[in-house]
Amino acid sequence: MTRPSQLTLALAGLIAVTAALGVLLGETLFDPGQLAQAFADPASGPAEVLWQVRAPRVATALMVGAALGLSGAVMQGLLRNPLADPGVLGVSASAALAAAAAIVLGAASLPGAVEVSALIGAGLAGGLLILFSARVRSPEALILFGVAVSSFAGAATALIFNLSPSPIATAEVMSWLLGSVQNRSWFDVAWVAPAVLAAGALAALAAPGLRMLSLGEETARTSGLPMARLRLLALLAAALATGAAVAVAGVIGFVGLAAPHLVRGAVRGDPGRILLPSALAGGLMLVAADLLARMTPTDQELKLGVFTALVGAPLFALIAWRAAREWRL
Amino acid sequence: MSALQLIGATALLAGRKGLDGVSLSVAPGELVAVVGPNGAGKSSAIRALAGLLPLTGGQAFLAGDDVAGLSARIRAERAAYLPQERRIAWNLPAVEVAALGAPFLAASDALERARAALDEVEAGHLADRGVAEMSGGERARILLARALASGARALLADEPTAGLDPEAQLMVLERLKARAATGQAVLVSLHDLALAARFADRVVALDAGRVVADDAPLAALTPEVMAQVFGLAARWVEGPDGPLLSSGRYSEGSPSGVRTASSSA
Repeated sequence: MTRPSQLTLALAGLIAVTAALGVLLGETLFDPGQLAQAFADPASGPAEVLWQVRAPRVATALMVGAALGLSGAVMQGLLRNPLADPGVLGVSASAALAAAAAIVLGAASLPGAVEVSALIGAGLAGGLLILFSARVRSPEALILFGVAVSSFAGAATALIFNLSPSPIATAEVMSWLLGSVQNRSWFDVAWVAPAVLAAGALAALAAPGLRMLSLGEETARTSGLPMARLRLLALLAAALATGAAVAVAGVIGFVGLAAPHLVRGAVRGDPGRILLPSALAGGLMLVAADLLARMTPTDQELKLGVFTALVGAPLFALIAWRAAREWRL
Repeated sequence: MSALQLIGATALLAGRKGLDGVSLSVAPGELVAVVGPNGAGKSSAIRALAGLLPLTGGQAFLAGDDVAGLSARIRAERAAYLPQERRIAWNLPAVEVAALGAPFLAASDALERARAALDEVEAGHLADRGVAEMSGGERARILLARALASGARALLADEPTAGLDPEAQLMVLERLKARAATGQAVLVSLHDLALAARFADRVVALDAGRVVADDAPLAALTPEVMAQVFGLAARWVEGPDGPLLSSGRYSEGSPSGVRTASSSA
């Protein structure tokens, strides 16, 4: 069996174990009898907690993490830059801006309105990036453009805080911006899962282009591959995955940056073969982070976005230190 | 029919004329070296033929068809391009990099062709090593193997010997010459005039985007041309393995006063 296949199987196994723990463990610890009841009687209290509260939360974390891991891998391949992530190109910030605007304008009471707004924000940012990349092919220029989009969206979100007349809406926006999968339902899973799968399919189609881009822009353009189309597919995949992740869970940083690094060695750097393992690694990271955040004894539950950044950033610094020798920046 | 041809090619580069009415051609089985000082238009000529530099005047042809009208895939089948840039973004194994030369083959066939190309550039032993762990010279061999693995009818190599040690420079040109001998057309830009004279069937000398000479090496690189294009006081002497260049710089304002002199093979 090849190394990437072994890795995929190992990650899938770890996800299964972590997800099972995520369903079985929580703030309320059940004894074996209650757990047996949860499996035997779907109408029981323990069953309600396991299957209607924890399981959709774990599934949402898995989907969001997978979306961010996939998006990070696509962007790093597209930009040939190990420091690229869904946040760099401004897609996360644009989705957050649109969602914040929807909350402040009172749309939060309409089911799905905030989520749809976030997707629209991500789509608009993705569209802008696609238009820009069609005219300017330099990855450095695309990163700078993304930084500009991100800064603008961040400033506009701050303006919303600044001008918001309602402290309740402001608190709601703040809570959402911190990132969480708390209280997510099967309804959330039902719409985010197809979006993530569609993004995965688009990314898989773009994989040969990502691989060819390893050799630089000019070599890719003379390789014979339809690079404009492949680049478009990759950008669409990244925008869709990021938009779906932000729409369902708010802004969760670090996962998109770190997940590709965790698996890059095992696929020997191949930006095409890294996509599935990176998505799985992202899913595993977020399911584990959500479990740890829930189990950490604090008065208020730690927000997932805060937790991933606090734990992940030092870990990422360590990975970056070890991987630095392999990077060709 | 020429495999590679520029007719009156004109192109702008950073607001000035990078190519100014350049015409040149390379027939199948021919190795043509394009020489000239920095900024003369060597890379621009090669990039125009690869379809990377849009022309503002004239035309670029691959096997008789205008590059601008060819699909990306047909273009790649007719000419493989080896750029000066040797940066590889990720630590891919050498054989995977070489296999990227043949992206339309099944993976196993592409790897087989990549291994053959690595052997051709004497880098078979590096096949499974990551390119980030290699020296610049080793990476240059791997990238040359990628271009050779393409199986394209023509090769466009932009300064493939830059930064290589003398043995590696000879190896690169021997390989390109061998490919020409099999019927491929090879256009290569070079800074080393002695290497151009030794390996090329023809030399095209460029200066300020214009063709100054296009002939057999010693007929093209006359002392007058070398003085005009490179500012060199130079002459050819016969060596045991080919022509040797005895050259020196003109001292300021005195075309007859040679300041330094050297020779190279």
